[in-house]
Amino acid sequence: MREVSGPHIDWMAISPLVALIGGACLVLMAGLIRAPFVRRTLVPLLTLAALGAAAGLAIATWGDNVSVIADAMAMDDLTLFLTLVFAAAAAGTVLLSWRALAPREAGHGEYSALLLTAVSGMVVLAGATNLVTIFIGYELLSIPLYVLCATEMRRATSLESGLKYLIIGSVGSATLLYGLAFVYGATGATGFAEIASAVDDVRKDVLLLTGLALVVTGLAFKASVAPFHQWTPDVYEGAPTPVTAFMAVATKAAALGIIIRFFDVAVIGAWQAWAPAIAVLAAVTIVVGNVGAIGQSSLKRLLAFSSVAQAGYMLAGVVVTTQLGARAVAFYLAVYLFMNMAAFAVVVARERETGVGDDISSLYGLGESRPLLAWPMTIAMLALAGFPATAGFFGKVYLIGAAVDNGYAWLGVAIVVGSAISLAYYLRVVAAVWMRAPESRPLVTGGTPRPAIAGGAAEPGADAAARALAQPEVVAVAVVCAAATIFFGVYPEPLLDLAHDAGAALKGLF
Amino acid sequence: MTIHLSILLFFPVVFAALGALLPRAVAPLALLAGSLVSLVYAVLLLLDFDAGAHGLQYVTDDEWISELGVRYTLGIDGLNLWLVGLTTLLFAASALWVLLRPSERRRLYAFHVGLAETAVLGAFLAQDLILFVLFFDLMLVPFYFLVGQWGAGDRQAATFKLVVYTLVGSLLMLAAAVATGILAAAGPGDVTSFSIAALAQAPLSESEQRWVFAAFALAFLIKMPAFPFHGWMPDGYRSMPLPALAVFSGVLSKVAAYGFLRVALPVFPSAVEDFQTVIMILALASILYGSAQAFTQTNARLILGYSSVAQLGFITLGIFALGQAAGAQGALLQMVQHGLVVAPLFFIVALLIERTGTEDIREMGGVAFRAPVLAGLFLIVALATLAMPGSANFAGEFLILLGLFNAKMAIAIVAFGGVAMASVYMLRMFIRAMHNRVRPNVTSFDLSVRDALVLVPLVLVIVAFAVYPQQALKHSQASVERVVGGPEAVAQVAP
Repeated sequence: MREVSGPHIDWMAISPLVALIGGACLVLMAGLIRAPFVRRTLVPLLTLAALGAAAGLAIATWGDNVSVIADAMAMDDLTLFLTLVFAAAAAGTVLLSWRALAPREAGHGEYSALLLTAVSGMVVLAGATNLVTIFIGYELLSIPLYVLCATEMRRATSLESGLKYLIIGSVGSATLLYGLAFVYGATGATGFAEIASAVDDVRKDVLLLTGLALVVTGLAFKASVAPFHQWTPDVYEGAPTPVTAFMAVATKAAALGIIIRFFDVAVIGAWQAWAPAIAVLAAVTIVVGNVGAIGQSSLKRLLAFSSVAQAGYMLAGVVVTTQLGARAVAFYLAVYLFMNMAAFAVVVARERETGVGDDISSLYGLGESRPLLAWPMTIAMLALAGFPATAGFFGKVYLIGAAVDNGYAWLGVAIVVGSAISLAYYLRVVAAVWMRAPESRPLVTGGTPRPAIAGGAAEPGADAAARALAQPEVVAVAVVCAAATIFFGVYPEPLLDLAHDAGAALKGLF
Repeated sequence: MTIHLSILLFFPVVFAALGALLPRAVAPLALLAGSLVSLVYAVLLLLDFDAGAHGLQYVTDDEWISELGVRYTLGIDGLNLWLVGLTTLLFAASALWVLLRPSERRRLYAFHVGLAETAVLGAFLAQDLILFVLFFDLMLVPFYFLVGQWGAGDRQAATFKLVVYTLVGSLLMLAAAVATGILAAAGPGDVTSFSIAALAQAPLSESEQRWVFAAFALAFLIKMPAFPFHGWMPDGYRSMPLPALAVFSGVLSKVAAYGFLRVALPVFPSAVEDFQTVIMILALASILYGSAQAFTQTNARLILGYSSVAQLGFITLGIFALGQAAGAQGALLQMVQHGLVVAPLFFIVALLIERTGTEDIREMGGVAFRAPVLAGLFLIVALATLAMPGSANFAGEFLILLGLFNAKMAIAIVAFGGVAMASVYMLRMFIRAMHNRVRPNVTSFDLSVRDALVLVPLVLVIVAFAVYPQQALKHSQASVERVVGGPEAVAQVAP
């Protein structure tokens, strides 16, 4: 009998991945214990521990830049950088879900396990250096998310969101797989290094071009790049808000991570074929996302369109095919994490405090009643719009610089034109926070206003204080993320250093 | 003596932020303390400045973001010295005004005013292009909130127009600034520098300069505002709270004009020549349009707003009289002078509104009878505004026209008309408000001590400046000549 010898596995290098998958199994088991303390407190804490371990191991292996499992994955600084982003986003999500309905209905263990599995899928996808690994990572992150979207089982829109995501995501997967097959057919290889050396010869190859087009389409679904973004607002709106926050940040980071790695490493030789096409996609995405967001009154839909636009900005960094571009994208993704988590944390908090869901009117008068929520929201919106003294400003400066540096000045101008349009909706949110009186709506249950009870209403100030104490972890996420947005807006150096290493991991670029 | 410009720059916002955390009554006091520290520093700078030295003084130059090539560089030269002084003076006056008057949500109010002062000072002091753009854009944030939360009338429309107009310009400028640095570096991977002085040494190619300059010019012209980019101004001026409007009109428009001198002229020399006529025609249109509007409007805020449009047109003309140091020096003098007069005018408008209950000058009248001191101060400021011989405004306009005459005679002749028109609208406003029959809605009373504390020092500065403008000219001469490249020494031309 022939001996089957598996590839050598560098366990230290893939330890972040092991921590995530091990953590997923652990919380799934822990969730079976019936004691409320275990389910409501221990499981989220274990999830945070697993994420912390993954992040810690990512930092420990920083700079190793090794290729693992027979070159199927690169655990280089770009992968590790994105791992940190995923872990931070997931940790924020765990905190936002602490008192949420979704884990209670779906089971705490299952919810956390799905989250950790999705994160591990993202790490695999971001590190993929083989066509097969791309697909495994893509599916490993998608399938848990389909379920997570539908975890508020008694709410029809949540189920609808999950179903929509499943159907459209499957179309995306199929397209991607088809495209990967074409690329394999054209180049005869699945490893990125072999593809890269083969691509030099077949620049005009129809097979390859078809493959590339299909791969772009498949990945564009995940990154919600226009015109493949149509699912985004619906799914974001229907999914439980913590899950939406996770998707908006981490899924996008994973998709952009693999877009960079695939295009700027594997098929860099054919850049003349794909770069103009992706540049057009980026410009279209910027316009579609920003224009789409203008009329939205649901904050989650607004942030969904805003995330589409932001994906467009970041694509500009891919198009330029330079290390500067890759660094700019990495930096922007980290910044994007803080801006978006702050905004979503406020949405979560207000959803629970008001009866109006994620409507923009839930923010009215927030500036006076809840400064600890009002400031993070304001900072997040200003940062997303690219105001100075926030990290969003340098994110845009970096991206524009990268675009101009390699002859895409028009894309730089597209970014600022997009930002100008985006003011129309970001500032509407800021105006709702600071410049609108709170709506005095009676708390309704079941449609009929209750008669006022004399002496029944608590004092508004005490009420607000009680509410702030009711969900300290949500307020903490908002405040910490907003503080980070300001900190990196004034002193971006640490983050830029990390992004520099991440960009340097792509050795083929100059 | 070493003066750390960072202290001058950041004290206002630091104090205001501390004030925001302290009890309500203390917040405006903290704001005032911060702005007074900056004022004292600015005065020390004025005394210590070495007029004979070339280049920047008191330079702070630190590595900030090496990855992007952005440095934290601050410096003072003849171009910004007096403007920094003006900024700290007007903000101190505004802070005092806020302290002495009741207002809602004072802690936040004080914080925004402090942030505004830091942003404006930063834009004046920055010697790195990205730093300049950063502070230039940051200026908008506090004013957005000041209008949106404390504004009068249709605040929503006012903030929307204010932000959309000015940020569209600013964002294009951001792209242009990044492009300037990147394109100036020889090839990809080269060390990028955004230092304004370094960029002036390595100009871009002419076609690159053109679009980059166009983006900068658009941002500056909107901020001023110049005709036809002034669409945000009427709503914004109508709505903005008056202490904020005093500094807004006094210094923010100057940042734009200063931007031409600091950035556009040295860094994009050939584009400036290409666009000279276009900008001059726009400036001329601003003078005529602003003046015409100023003597047909009846809202006191708008009269001053449109008069600013006209004055900024003059300043722009002076700056773009290329090769004529007299023009640019006159423009600098005029910037300081206009800031000095327009801020007290807005405070006076606030007092008039208190006495008459209206902003419409047709409804005012007869205030002078019971308020001789107020009337006297108003008259001094009004005369300074309309360039009476002997006022600093006169010297400024004289120098601008002198430079202009040597550069473009036809434009100078039309611009002369603007000088005459200024006297029409200022006197009209003064007479309508102070004299005429006493209206039934007017209850006149003279200046109280708290108002005098703000107004009298400002008027004294105007008088002092009118008597002795030479110091400002002397300080600015070397720097202006470096930027404009004009041959003549003009300090002795001034009266």
